[in-house]
Amino acid sequence: MTEAGFLHAALRSRNLVLGLSLTLVFAAAALVSFLWTPYDVTQLDIPGKLQTPSASHWFGTDHFGRDILSMIMVGAQTSIAVAIVAVGIGMGVGVPLGLAAAVHRGSLMDEVIMRGNDLVFAFPSLLIAIMITAVFGPSALNAIIAIGIFNIPVFARLTRGAALSIWTRDFILSARVSGKGPARISIEHILPNVTNLLIVQGTIQFSLGILAEAALSYVGLGVQPPTPSWGRMLADSQTLISLAPHMALFPGFAILLTVLGLNLAGDGLRDILDPRIRRTGR
Amino acid sequence: MKRTLTLTTALALIAGGAWAAKTDVTIGLQLEPPHLDPTSAAAGAIDQVVYSNVFEGLTRFGPDGSVNPGLAESWEISEDGTTYTFKLRSGVKFHDGTDLDAGDVVFSLDRARAEESTNAQKALFAGISGVEAADDTTVKVMLSAPQGNFLFNMAWGDAVIVAPESIENIKTNPIGTGAFTFADWKQGDSITISRNPNYWGDAPALEEATFKFISEPTAAFGAMMAGDIDAFYGYPAPENLAQFEADPRFNVLAGNTEGETILAINNKMEPFDDVKVRKAVSMAIDRQAIIDGAMFGYGTPIGTHFAPHNPDYVDLTANAPFDPAAAKALLAEAGYPDGFSTTLKLPPPSYARRGGEIIAAQLREIGIETEISNLEWAQWLEQAFRGYDYGLTIVSHTEPMDIGIYARPEYYFQYDNADFQTLINDLSVENDPATRSDLLKKAQTIISEDYVNGFLFQLALTSVVDAKLNGIWENAPTQAVDLTGVSWSE
Repeated sequence: MTEAGFLHAALRSRNLVLGLSLTLVFAAAALVSFLWTPYDVTQLDIPGKLQTPSASHWFGTDHFGRDILSMIMVGAQTSIAVAIVAVGIGMGVGVPLGLAAAVHRGSLMDEVIMRGNDLVFAFPSLLIAIMITAVFGPSALNAIIAIGIFNIPVFARLTRGAALSIWTRDFILSARVSGKGPARISIEHILPNVTNLLIVQGTIQFSLGILAEAALSYVGLGVQPPTPSWGRMLADSQTLISLAPHMALFPGFAILLTVLGLNLAGDGLRDILDPRIRRTGR
Repeated sequence: MKRTLTLTTALALIAGGAWAAKTDVTIGLQLEPPHLDPTSAAAGAIDQVVYSNVFEGLTRFGPDGSVNPGLAESWEISEDGTTYTFKLRSGVKFHDGTDLDAGDVVFSLDRARAEESTNAQKALFAGISGVEAADDTTVKVMLSAPQGNFLFNMAWGDAVIVAPESIENIKTNPIGTGAFTFADWKQGDSITISRNPNYWGDAPALEEATFKFISEPTAAFGAMMAGDIDAFYGYPAPENLAQFEADPRFNVLAGNTEGETILAINNKMEPFDDVKVRKAVSMAIDRQAIIDGAMFGYGTPIGTHFAPHNPDYVDLTANAPFDPAAAKALLAEAGYPDGFSTTLKLPPPSYARRGGEIIAAQLREIGIETEISNLEWAQWLEQAFRGYDYGLTIVSHTEPMDIGIYARPEYYFQYDNADFQTLINDLSVENDPATRSDLLKKAQTIISEDYVNGFLFQLALTSVVDAKLNGIWENAPTQAVDLTGVSWSE
């Protein structure tokens, strides 16, 4: 597909436009928060606690008088950073494993890799994430590792599945005839052909990563205070929900909209990038 | 005609219903007792249910902490203060119909002070050298030395009178002499007690009372709002109290507890082994901000490890006034002009989790960076309490009169001061009330001036009570929900 063709298709997809704009809003909020937030999120103002939304505090203040808008902006940083690194771990480890497994279907390496993946897959991911953080102590790093580990089999499977069908194609045969080894073929010919799929899956996993981070922080096993996190903001608001509903609403919407945005974007990207859908659907 | 009659009957019924006051009550409690024998376990949840309701002692606590006659209607103390002669009330029956006599008292006290006794407060009985029944209603208790607080000791839930006939099943079927008999225990849910028709004293206004165990603050809030429970004793979420206060259906009681909430400092760990650093930490803390932010205003600032409602309390909060600039100067003097970083380990209660975030922000102002970790109780006990692996932590010490823990160098904050240890030793053998008071005041001053810990606030006992329910204790002189004086108004 040409670049112009891609742009054209992208703009035509309502899902993609809506999803990407939602995602961009939060990405922008996270980027802006590096340089500026309306208030300092580590600065407590106890007398000014639990204010409802107003001109000076757009989203109100929490039980320590911190500005909720500022906390959501910085919380976006946390969520996005955790999710990016976790998806990065998943891709960085999962894709090479998938490529290696696909070289010889049914080989010992294939079996070992894929059965290992099944093993990780067999556990509910959030439970294992809770176990990891409970054993090694709650921290942002452990949350990232826990979420990352569960992204590995997702990418390994996807890569292997797609790569297997490409290995049977004629151009691969000619590459082999010209003397390229399996590693070189995997990198030079297989990988570029599965990239589309990986991008789509990456978007979906990214939203799941954000959800997982929020869930871990909610139970107190994710990012530790004072670093703001959407999940912990929700947990903090729990007993105050009838007194200060805004404390729960804003972080709740932040999670909802980011995950929705990423899922829509993933769907839209799949419509355009996935060769199977492209050929049959359009 | 017939219609008017029906109408009047209906009206009479409605009016009648409104006239008769309720005679049952449901009390919410956070913790369920492990069993129901107050004489063999430390769990306060047992006393909350049975103290004075099911079991009674020779003496009993009043709502203000005073010691009043219980099963003993009067007593005489010998000249030298070592023999107490208790005159028991006559006609007192246990719930199983057996009579209370001097033999039961001898049995109870001997059982509590026996070598193999599992009583959680054996120290209460340590001074007793012998107990004997003079006749059916007279008991003589001999002490090895005069003891100023012997009658106080006998009022504890751990010193209630039990009968040898019913001791075997006391944990599941408690038989006492109190105004209520044990009726039913739905494990994991509730315990019901009902009025004792043969009670020796004034019959209680309530016919039946149910203790319902709700540990989750949000569930407690819902149950209270829905009217499923009439009172919640020791309400766990202070943030909801403002709402209850604003609601005319409820009263909020804020009373005293024995819980000193402290920012515990690891006294042996660098840099906290330097008193200047500890002082700086104490002065960086704004106690009122913590009380407002973490406890929503409920709590009394303290300057030492002692309950403010105790007559011997000395207000030492001025030893560590909130002064970040002076704190920063002290840090510089101690060799940390740029501050340092340490760990802040927080157990689950909200005073610790919320208080911890506030303290972290306050310490950051003077350059001390804290790495917060939220721990479950088991992890906290293992890492901080037993492992000494912490810089700072927040705990409420709820035992009464527990200043003696500062004389134990192996205790988790590792404070080792020989002078203080001598002082506590002197205190334990001192009987003269005036000298005891002096020693207690001196002890409070020593730990305050040594800045052993950051002394934050005295935990408040907050209860939410239906506005029509009268007589629930406001303070907690002991762990008890005494229902004998509780009644409904119209």
